Amino acid sequence: MKKLLKIIIHIFIIQFLVVSSSFAEEREVKDCFEKINRATFAFNMALDKVLFRPVATGYRKLPSPVRTGTSNALNNLSNLITIPNNILQGDLKAAGNNSIRFIINTTIGIVGIFDPANALGFEKLEKEDFGQTFGTMGIGEGCYLVLPVLGPSTVRDAVGSLVSMSGGDAWYNVTVKNDTQYFKESDYYFSKLSEGVDFRAKNLESFDSLEKTSVDFYATVRSLYLQDRERKIKNLKVKTDTLDDSDWESLDK
Amino acid sequence: MRKLRVNIIFIIIFFLLNLYSNSIANISSNFIDDITNRASNILSSEDAREVKIQELIKIGESSVDIDGIGLYTLGKHRKSLSDDQKAEFKKIFREYFLKSFSTRLVEYNEAKIVVVSEDVKNEKYTIVKSKLVATSNRPEVAIDWRIYTKDPSKPLIRDLVIEGLSLARTQKEEFNSIIKNNGGDINALFTSLKEFNNK
Repeated sequence: MKKLLKIIIHIFIIQFLVVSSSFAEEREVKDCFEKINRATFAFNMALDKVLFRPVATGYRKLPSPVRTGTSNALNNLSNLITIPNNILQGDLKAAGNNSIRFIINTTIGIVGIFDPANALGFEKLEKEDFGQTFGTMGIGEGCYLVLPVLGPSTVRDAVGSLVSMSGGDAWYNVTVKNDTQYFKESDYYFSKLSEGVDFRAKNLESFDSLEKTSVDFYATVRSLYLQDRERKIKNLKVKTDTLDDSDWESLDK
Repeated sequence: MRKLRVNIIFIIIFFLLNLYSNSIANISSNFIDDITNRASNILSSEDAREVKIQELIKIGESSVDIDGIGLYTLGKHRKSLSDDQKAEFKKIFREYFLKSFSTRLVEYNEAKIVVVSEDVKNEKYTIVKSKLVATSNRPEVAIDWRIYTKDPSKPLIRDLVIEGLSLARTQKEEFNSIIKNNGGDINALFTSLKEFNNK
C-alpha cells in the first residue's frame, strides 16, 4: 500500500510539471506516448472486430427488458464507486441520493435489475469515479493513454483506476481482493466485461458511422474521450458549455 | 420625474431586448424543427439509399455554414493559409463535409428529434436544445445545435453537440492531429481529405 502511494505521488508530481508547462494559446492534446497509443488502439480495434462487436451484436438480439435489466444492475453496482467519490467531492446530497438508490434497488429492485428508487423520487445521477474526483481537486489530466482492452484513459484516470483497485471500490474488494464466501473473482471480471458489451451494444451504429467517416479515427476517439471527461469533471448540466465561445468569436473577426 | 423617465426608458429597452431575444430563439427553434422534420421524412421514406443521400446533401447545403465550420476546424493553422490554399481547402472541405454528413445520417431510419428549448447566447449564436427519441436499441440522446444568427433571416448551423460532445471541436482536433503528425504540413490534411472524398 505504501509503495502504491509513493508511485501515485510520483505520478502526480510529473503530472503537475507536464500540465504547468503545456498551457499554450490553444488547447493542445497531451499525447506523450502517441506511437505506443496508436499501436494499442490498433490492437483494441482488432479485438473489437473479432470479439466485442460480434458479442455486442448478439447481445442486441436479446429482448429489450433483459438488456434494460442488465444495464440497470450494472449501473446499480457502479454506485459503489460513485458514492465514495460523491463524498470526496463534497457532494453529500448526491451521496445520500445514491446510497438510498443503491439500498432500494438492491433489495426491492432485485440486485438492481429494476429501478423502483426512481419512481420513489430518487433520480439517477451521473456516475463519478476517482479520476473525476482528482479532476475536481484541480489535478490536470496529464498525458493521454490507450490501455490494452480497456481503451482510452489519461494518467490521472489510470491512477484513479488504481485507487479503485486498492480499496476504493467495494465491489472489487468483496470479489477479487478479499476472499468472501459470497462472491468469486470471476463475478467482478464478468461484470466489467458485461459493462463493456452493454456500452458497445448501445453504440453500435454511432461507432461504426464515426469510423467510416473519420480521416483519423484514433484522433476522433481521443477527442471524444477527453471532451467527455472534461464535461463530467465540470459536472456540466448545460451540455454546450463544453464549447469555448471565444474560439468561434475569433472566426468572425 | 427625471428618475421616473429613466426607469421607463430602461423598462422599454429591457422589453425590446427581450422581444428581440425571443424572436431569434423562435426563428432558431422553427429552423431546427423544419430541418429535422425534412430529414426525418427523407430517412423514413422508401427511396433508394442514393436518393436519400442526395436529398440529405441538399439539406446540408442550405442549412449548414460549411465554410465557417471548415475554417473553424483549421484552428491555429487558419492564419497561415494563403488565399489560394484557403479557397482550395473550402472546396475540398465542402465535399468532405457533405459526404460525411449524408453517409452518417442515412444509417438512421428511425430518427425522431424533438426540440426542447432554446438559449440565445448573444446576437450571433443561439443554442437549440433537442433530443433524439429513444428506440429499443439505443437510449435517448441529447443534441444541442449551435445556430449562427448573425443574419436572422438566414440562420445557419455551426455545430452539433451530442451528449456534450462537440462535433466541430472533434473535427478540429482530428485535423490538427493529421497536420501535427506530418510536421505541420497542411497539404497532408488536403491529401487525406481528397482520399476520403475519392473513396
